[in-house]
Amino acid sequence: MLCDICAKNQATVHLTEIIDEQMNELHLCEECAHQKSIQMEQQFGLSDLLGGLAEFEKPAQEKEPSVLIKCLNCSLTYAEFKKIGRLGCSECYGAFKKYLGPLLKKIHGSNLHFGKSACKTGKISAKMPGLQELRYQLQKAIETESFEEAAKIRDQIRELEKKCLQNSGEEKEKDAA
Amino acid sequence: MQLKDLLTHTSEWLKGTGPNSDIVISSRIRLARNLDKIPFPHQANKKQGEQVFQAVEEAKKSTAYLKNTTTFELEDLDSVDKQFLIERHLMSYEHAQKTDHKALIIDDEEIVAIMVNEEDHIRMQVMQSGFNLFEAWNIINKIDDCLAKELHFAFLADWGYLTACPTNTGTGMRGSVMLHLPALVMTRQINRVLAAIAKLSFTTRGLYGEGTQATGNFFQVSNQVSLGRAEEEIIENINGLIKQIVEQENQAREGMFSRNRAMLEDRINRSFGILKSAHIITSQETIELLSLLRLGCDLGMIKELDRRTINELFIITQPAHLQKIENKKLSTQERDIKRAELIRSRLKV
Repeated sequence: MLCDICAKNQATVHLTEIIDEQMNELHLCEECAHQKSIQMEQQFGLSDLLGGLAEFEKPAQEKEPSVLIKCLNCSLTYAEFKKIGRLGCSECYGAFKKYLGPLLKKIHGSNLHFGKSACKTGKISAKMPGLQELRYQLQKAIETESFEEAAKIRDQIRELEKKCLQNSGEEKEKDAA
Repeated sequence: MQLKDLLTHTSEWLKGTGPNSDIVISSRIRLARNLDKIPFPHQANKKQGEQVFQAVEEAKKSTAYLKNTTTFELEDLDSVDKQFLIERHLMSYEHAQKTDHKALIIDDEEIVAIMVNEEDHIRMQVMQSGFNLFEAWNIINKIDDCLAKELHFAFLADWGYLTACPTNTGTGMRGSVMLHLPALVMTRQINRVLAAIAKLSFTTRGLYGEGTQATGNFFQVSNQVSLGRAEEEIIENINGLIKQIVEQENQAREGMFSRNRAMLEDRINRSFGILKSAHIITSQETIELLSLLRLGCDLGMIKELDRRTINELFIITQPAHLQKIENKKLSTQERDIKRAELIRSRLKV
């Protein structure tokens, strides 16, 4: 039997691959098997697993190659993120936003935060009544694909968050005085 | 406080008290936080690492909950010290590597531990004995509130707390429960249970967290998802799952107790016998035998010992603990002898 990759040498290594529950049998010569094992080793580990996930999320009509996108704050490129599986700083989240949204959804099943807010007082419910409720509504709107409604709710959430940050800023100034 | 002071007292989480403490050893909540715009530790330069360390030290001063804490800079610790802290579950393996500007803040009771410049700028944990995640959450939530007043945490309204690894983004929270499941292992039901846990998006790890093997029938169960659910909801979900596992372990224990009592008594008492009389013993064998001893204690078959004594033995027989107790470096063989000696002295009843 000849090797499935080079079709030149005799296949001596037989490999079964399972991808997305599809089973594939590969018959390889020693040389191609060696290449393949290097490839597989490189694919393993959490960072590469994440990198692998990130790869799937490339939008179909991509004009700028994602690997060239760079965070202006810490200089990490998207390609480096894919390689190491770690972001460089908080600003990376903005720089790679378009890729991270789908990635977060893939990891967590959602890309919308619920729960505690970094509002400096920590007292989110007292300071921002209805924020949790709004977030819940937003998720519902997205689920039912009511995107106009979702956009409105998102703006409301941003407004509330901004107010919260301003309030805490003022409070801090007061504290300082 | 000095590191050696820890040797003379029992960590809060080892006390063997709290709800379901026969099966649930401890509950832990961890929060990951980062300072806005400053590069995460793996990407930061020396100056930025130092800046984070100083900022956290400063914030600590105004946090009432962190009054009785001590900061250890990792650069000042030797390899045994670091291993000692890992064995006590106060820090991770990762934190012991490349020590630049890394620090560990712990309180006297070993309830709170804060790693500075680990994978994230701040990794704080609160540990409680028994099945007690909500209590741990209440404590850590307050500490987090206080720190948030002093530090500008990286946060986005849509994505929550921003972390170095996107698997922690959102709440930045991981709730973990340490379970002792000897009966599910002995009755060969454990693989079924572990498979069910994985299906529900939870992870199981060994005694020492990520990448470690399950030894001595200990399993650490934690949430995988940190985004899209509020902290309380995540905790509720873990609690729901843990209750079911506890129930299954109890059923397996009852089944063994009623059907195979003689076999069980034999195994437990043989373990007790070996521990009481061995002169050379490895840490692996110790953990396995202590696990059976603990089961015997839970089932009322071993009346001379309490849970706390056994829990303590699990920790103090670890390699770095033995070396701290002896106050010198010991070879593997020397440790196996000292370990057996220590166990014999503690089990004298």
